[in-house]
Amino acid sequence: MIEVFTKLQTYFEYPFVRYALIVGLLIAVCSSLLGVTLVLKRYSFIGDGLSHVAFGAMAIAGVMHFSNQMVLVLPVTILAAILLLAGGKKRKIKGDAAIAMISVGSLALGYMVMNIFPSKSGNVSGDVCSTLFGSTSILTLSQFDVWLCVILSFVVLLVYVLFYNKIFAVTFDESFASATGTNAGAYNLMIAVIIAIIIVLAMNLVGSLLISALVIFPALSAMRVFKTFKSVTICSAIFSAVCAVLGILISVLASTPVGSTIVGVDVAAFCIFWIIGIIRRKN
Amino acid sequence: MLQLKVTDLCVGYDSNVVAEHLNFQVESGDYLCIVGENGSGKSTLMRTILGLQHPISGSIVYYDGLSKNEIGYLPQQTVVQRDFPASVSEIVISGFQGKMGLLPFYSAQQKKGALDAMEKMGITHLQKRCYRELSGGQQQRVLLARALCATSKILLLDEPVSGLDPKVTAEMYALISELNRQGISIIMISHDISAAIKYASHILHIDNDVFYGTKESYLASEKGKAFMGIDGGEKND
Repeated sequence: MIEVFTKLQTYFEYPFVRYALIVGLLIAVCSSLLGVTLVLKRYSFIGDGLSHVAFGAMAIAGVMHFSNQMVLVLPVTILAAILLLAGGKKRKIKGDAAIAMISVGSLALGYMVMNIFPSKSGNVSGDVCSTLFGSTSILTLSQFDVWLCVILSFVVLLVYVLFYNKIFAVTFDESFASATGTNAGAYNLMIAVIIAIIIVLAMNLVGSLLISALVIFPALSAMRVFKTFKSVTICSAIFSAVCAVLGILISVLASTPVGSTIVGVDVAAFCIFWIIGIIRRKN
Repeated sequence: MLQLKVTDLCVGYDSNVVAEHLNFQVESGDYLCIVGENGSGKSTLMRTILGLQHPISGSIVYYDGLSKNEIGYLPQQTVVQRDFPASVSEIVISGFQGKMGLLPFYSAQQKKGALDAMEKMGITHLQKRCYRELSGGQQQRVLLARALCATSKILLLDEPVSGLDPKVTAEMYALISELNRQGISIIMISHDISAAIKYASHILHIDNDVFYGTKESYLASEKGKAFMGIDGGEKND
């Protein structure tokens, strides 16, 4: 045990490990908060869809030699989120089909672009793999990335707390909310923009294939055990934070890939909550 | 006092007309029942009155200083709500949301208002319970309490008793009548014409030719007589 701690202590002397921990923690908390709403609105897969859009945009930004890929990736992802979430019931192609369509379409486009215009490293499969699974990019964050992530995360948290009651009203019953004078459309738009921001941030952490895990596991686990919206929200934020920290520490110690380790911890914790839920119901 | 006036309204989706030539009005204290076959456009009409969709033509005008955030609404349950983790008090107080504007948190007065609404609906003892674990009748009471938070003037109810057993149905109707006696206007959709005749003061029957009038004139009309012929004997109350 003591060896583990001394090992961790040496790792923590490196700034990139500290950065990874801060960024991972913040992203995990933000995504879990929105996750509760998305799971309840039956939009669990939006994380997957949007992250593939971000993947496609990132590939194009890479080819066009943008100095900062965010300039292209963020607006494109936000646009896709608005198209998917805010269109609501009027759209001709419904939720799951629309997400699947945009998701695979941009995934294919991104991979195609990466193949036709290979980057300087010339390692196409390596590039693709690192974008899809996050690989080590969280351990190579620059100070700018960390600050951007910290600021955006705090904005997301602040907005979530200030609009918590409105998000609840719109999630529970959109018709009632808009019939009684709440501007449900605007809040749906807000949720769409926030989730797009979180996903672009989270791509550094777990890569675009595993983002859904950060969105759905905390919410689903909390719902096994807790029964009010407030307790589910708080529990999923804590759940996500603990899993992210554990995942990052394990991956540092055991030299496993960061993204999949975090998701692995999430899966294990979900199983524990699931069993707790069953025991609670029996009593 | 006149609260709502609907003139030559035509409702539907895109350009598909579902119901047309609708003319009726609601005065404060009225109990209007909207009846008609499935697919006759009752729910579409209600969604249009609530502003959830646009009318194809015609007009809906609110009087008596009634603005959108003073309307209460009891929608039909959605799939999402059936497994939604939320406590009764969280749902009831969300009825105030329309009055909040950009304010982030509920005031002490609104928290008290939510308690009063739960008291009225007899669900105070359930306030900490999880919504999805309640019975159908209890869930409807919760949604009705939420609607009371949104209004003290007019309540729109979309099939409030569907899926409830006869005893709970009777309790629900009694509760709605009690609210009406306290001065809240009721607009209710129902396919249960006998209940409509028992409780309502006015009837809007949507069909190829639309009937609107008081319960008494409905019973004297061809439509009312036709209905009485099939299902007679229940009009005495």
